[in-house]
Amino acid sequence: MIEVLEAGLFTTIQDSGRAGYQKYGVSVGGAVDTVAHRLANIVIGNDENDATLEMTLQGAAFHFREAALLSITGGDMQPRIDGVPVPMWRPVYVHKGNELRFGNAVKGARTYIAVAGGFQADEFLGSASTYLQAGFGGHEGRAFQKGGTLERNRSSAMSERIVDQLTEKRINGPFAASDWWVSDMAVPMNNQGEAIRVFEGRHHHLFEEESIRSFTEEAYQVDTKSDRMGIRLKGEPLNLSVKEEIISEPVTFGTIQVPQNGQPIVLLADRQTTGGYPKLAQVASADFSKLGQVKPGDKVRFMMIPHREAERLLLEQEQYIRWCRSAIRRKVEEGHI
Amino acid sequence: MKHIIEPLGDQSLFIIVGEEISPDIHHRVQAIVEEMDATWITEMVPSYTGVAVYYDAMQLRKTYPHSSPYERAAAYVSACIDSIAGREASSGRTIDIPVCYGGDDFGPDLPAVAEHNGLTEDEVIEKHTSREYLVYMLGFAPGFPFLGGMDGEIAMPRKEEPRLKIPAGSVGIAGSQTGVYPLETPGGWQLIGRTPLSLFLPEKTPPSYLQPGDKVRFFSVTREAYEQWEEEE
Repeated sequence: MIEVLEAGLFTTIQDSGRAGYQKYGVSVGGAVDTVAHRLANIVIGNDENDATLEMTLQGAAFHFREAALLSITGGDMQPRIDGVPVPMWRPVYVHKGNELRFGNAVKGARTYIAVAGGFQADEFLGSASTYLQAGFGGHEGRAFQKGGTLERNRSSAMSERIVDQLTEKRINGPFAASDWWVSDMAVPMNNQGEAIRVFEGRHHHLFEEESIRSFTEEAYQVDTKSDRMGIRLKGEPLNLSVKEEIISEPVTFGTIQVPQNGQPIVLLADRQTTGGYPKLAQVASADFSKLGQVKPGDKVRFMMIPHREAERLLLEQEQYIRWCRSAIRRKVEEGHI
Repeated sequence: MKHIIEPLGDQSLFIIVGEEISPDIHHRVQAIVEEMDATWITEMVPSYTGVAVYYDAMQLRKTYPHSSPYERAAAYVSACIDSIAGREASSGRTIDIPVCYGGDDFGPDLPAVAEHNGLTEDEVIEKHTSREYLVYMLGFAPGFPFLGGMDGEIAMPRKEEPRLKIPAGSVGIAGSQTGVYPLETPGGWQLIGRTPLSLFLPEKTPPSYLQPGDKVRFFSVTREAYEQWEEEE
């Protein structure tokens, strides 16, 4: 069992989302940085959809009442176990009785913790993701509070092997970690300052030419009102050249909508299923991680690419994740830790 | 059937079959949803003017290593729409929804809606219960129906200051639309009554009492009947 000593600013249980129920108005939800979430699972031998913890801007603190295999990915919240810095993006075996503490995010905004077997969580419509609007799923349908506890599900055979190998490693300290890790170079949040790649949205042509120019030439600042539903941006207003009434229609992760005030909103995991604002652009899936790691005050820039290129980037990213999975399996089979 | 297919994301597309809110376009949307069936389709979301299709780009790439997943998906969708030709979508169910109209707690805006339209409160109720409404789509919140077909004589714009909390079951009017709140949420609709029925059914599959294509009729019940209904729910 794991005790939550400090809950952090906003910590929820998430998985890869609740697909298939949007036609009933149910949000997809799930981890905002899905790549970090999936890799957290993959490096410790979990199913990539297993439930992880998503922490936001300010991390939590945990007391391990039993030993556990875990991994930390996403934004850097300077994790420490009993005061010793913990390396990220790799399996870590923490001993019984130790404390894992996180600070504020010094890089990125969201950090993921996975444990072998995944966290036990309330399932709702086939997903463990916390559905805040309805109060279902995850941990009682809400964010963690101080004093909560977490349990793990049964570990996979591969997780057991990783545990065996890490416990054989002779290390003086509160935890043991592998020498290998998943290269975080592949994770776009480390390319801060690089533009977020988008392609044209359905209503792109309804915007003034000058607005279309501003959108890719000016920087937009992330507003403090941003949350898991969307990133609210502030900057040069974006105006329609034709005032057209938009009929509500489906929106997705990364859809950039522009309400009447001209300030764009980038939709994230907890977005509503449909929207009635004009869609200026759509973020490429390969840059969703980047979206998940921006924080209030950050400046973001957008770069227009063709849809075909976005599709190519997505397939490339999926190939990389698949490669990670098989490379790790090989490492574990060969006993390299 | 005339249609346009456009990318929504890079793992989803949007089929557009019309430009307005009408039962005819809705039936086309429903017919398309009923026709499509492929293992790589992960989700379909019907709306007023079209259907969003979410697809597994990796699975399409595996099956067709040399093509764009989007183009493959679009070609399939196009062929499906062509095969529908004049076939009609199956007609939806008709569902009666009891509403206790008026009162400071259930329908605090009923007097304002009446005054705005130069009607009595009873006339507003009369007009609200005399129509059959079509469930065009669900959205905004789980189980929230976007209903069409309201009498224009009881229309009223949203409140300028949205309420922070609208109780579940509230029946409201926004412009020429009417709807029912399935969950307690903030909102700007003019509230005219409340239903004891739960539109969001978290323990059931599907989790929504209403489905796109259903027809809805409201009928007026007394407060006693409302309370009895609520107990049975």
